[in-house]
Amino acid sequence: MNAPLPNNLAKMQAAPLLRVDNVTKWYGQILGCRDVSFEMRPGEVLGIVGESGSGKTTLLNCISGRLAPTSGSVEFDTARFGLTDVYALNEPDRRRMQREEWGFVHQNPRDGLRMRASGGANVAEPLMNLGGRHYGKMRQATVEWLERVELDTRRIDDKPRRFSGGMQQRIQVARNLIHGPRLVFMDEPTGGLDVSVQARLLDLLRELVRDLGLAVIVVTHDMAVARLMADRLMVMKGGEVVETGLTDQVLDDPQHPYSQLLVSSVLQI
Amino acid sequence: MSSLPLIVVDDLAKTFVLHNAEAAAIPVFSGLRLEVRPGECVVLAGESGVGKSTLMRAIYGNYLPSAGGVRVLHDGEYVDITRAAPHQVIDVRRRTLGYVSQFLRVIPRISTLQLVTEPLLENGVDPAEAQERAERLLTSLRLPRAHWDLPPATFSGGEQQRVNIARSFIRNYPVLLLDEPTASLDAENRAIVVNLIREALAGGAAMIGIFHDHDVRDAVATRLFSVTDFKAAA
Repeated sequence: MNAPLPNNLAKMQAAPLLRVDNVTKWYGQILGCRDVSFEMRPGEVLGIVGESGSGKTTLLNCISGRLAPTSGSVEFDTARFGLTDVYALNEPDRRRMQREEWGFVHQNPRDGLRMRASGGANVAEPLMNLGGRHYGKMRQATVEWLERVELDTRRIDDKPRRFSGGMQQRIQVARNLIHGPRLVFMDEPTGGLDVSVQARLLDLLRELVRDLGLAVIVVTHDMAVARLMADRLMVMKGGEVVETGLTDQVLDDPQHPYSQLLVSSVLQI
Repeated sequence: MSSLPLIVVDDLAKTFVLHNAEAAAIPVFSGLRLEVRPGECVVLAGESGVGKSTLMRAIYGNYLPSAGGVRVLHDGEYVDITRAAPHQVIDVRRRTLGYVSQFLRVIPRISTLQLVTEPLLENGVDPAEAQERAERLLTSLRLPRAHWDLPPATFSGGEQQRVNIARSFIRNYPVLLLDEPTASLDAENRAIVVNLIREALAGGAAMIGIFHDHDVRDAVATRLFSVTDFKAAA
């Protein structure tokens, strides 16, 4: 009775959280992305880098269940069905899985927040969507999350537009983490922010990822953000992945001509 | 204590190919072999540009070698850093293999104490204990307490270097790569770092180092290793 344990452990560690297999997306005659395959494990942070037009946002939309690929599959280890093709689920089941197990942080907080609802309501909403009915408990969880993302809890009833861009982004982060997702997608999460605000937000994201053991897929064109956040990188060009590897290896010793160009083009200050 | 080598470098070769310079190939070394056992501090020798740092970076998985492998003893088993999946390399770097570079590279605007505590928190150490250990180490490295709550960006070169050393030594790595960790330190601080290194060696750590300072080198080296002997033909 003692033998199976290490085996199971090894299996658990080997079990992917997400498996992307040969995902290709055509927009008519125009290629979005082609033949992308990779796996994610719990707690891993994957950075997808490339210039605009390289297909990284198309890929992010395909793997986050928001844009059906032309071919290929995206499987996620769902709580209810185990490893399942995201696009084989019916619409209500897929939406439920996205709400319960995923988060999606947009570059522009306005795309991820409801601007007419208060900051606090924005953070609490995912709990209500998941069937939370106890107002006091949800309020308390909201306050805790506002503190966690370092926002003034006295402003819980202010509308998002009364917050600065950096603070709006913190509200969006809290809204996407409060329900305990296992996988979070981020599209240029610090893209629209002043550099001074960027550094603090990046540190906060890193801390949350570490403490919550989150798996994150972050799309960015900023190599500094990629270096600080991601464990490993995928470099995209013209819709295809041209290089993958450990983040610091890809940035310090890039192999593909395009990665070399990308890394050597970063301005030094 | 196990006498198995903690690092085994097998027939390692590295050639840089610069695709944006007409695919110029720059051979550095080839057929390089090296083993480092517990308690050993192997100091890399050879003139500037011979590939000492390149070798260190290849051992750390930071540079991708053109051929050969680098095995590191991790949890009682050898992991080939050059072929392992990223998550494995990250795990090896978190618990077994440390790297102290000459330069501090961290997120701006984070306090020194937080930067030194972070590696322990990453390894799941209790925050109170992590803070206590960080404070003890910063004290022994003689970094003024008034600096602890400040980000190191404005510190002197020597102070930044000590923050860097603290971030690595706080984990008590069994395998350490030291790329001129004392380059910007004054004599007194060099002596402190030499002591840290000797204590770690006495505790069974294996190290590979680059030290241009002869006093430091003589104080910590158990043997020299000539990278020049493996110089690849251009």
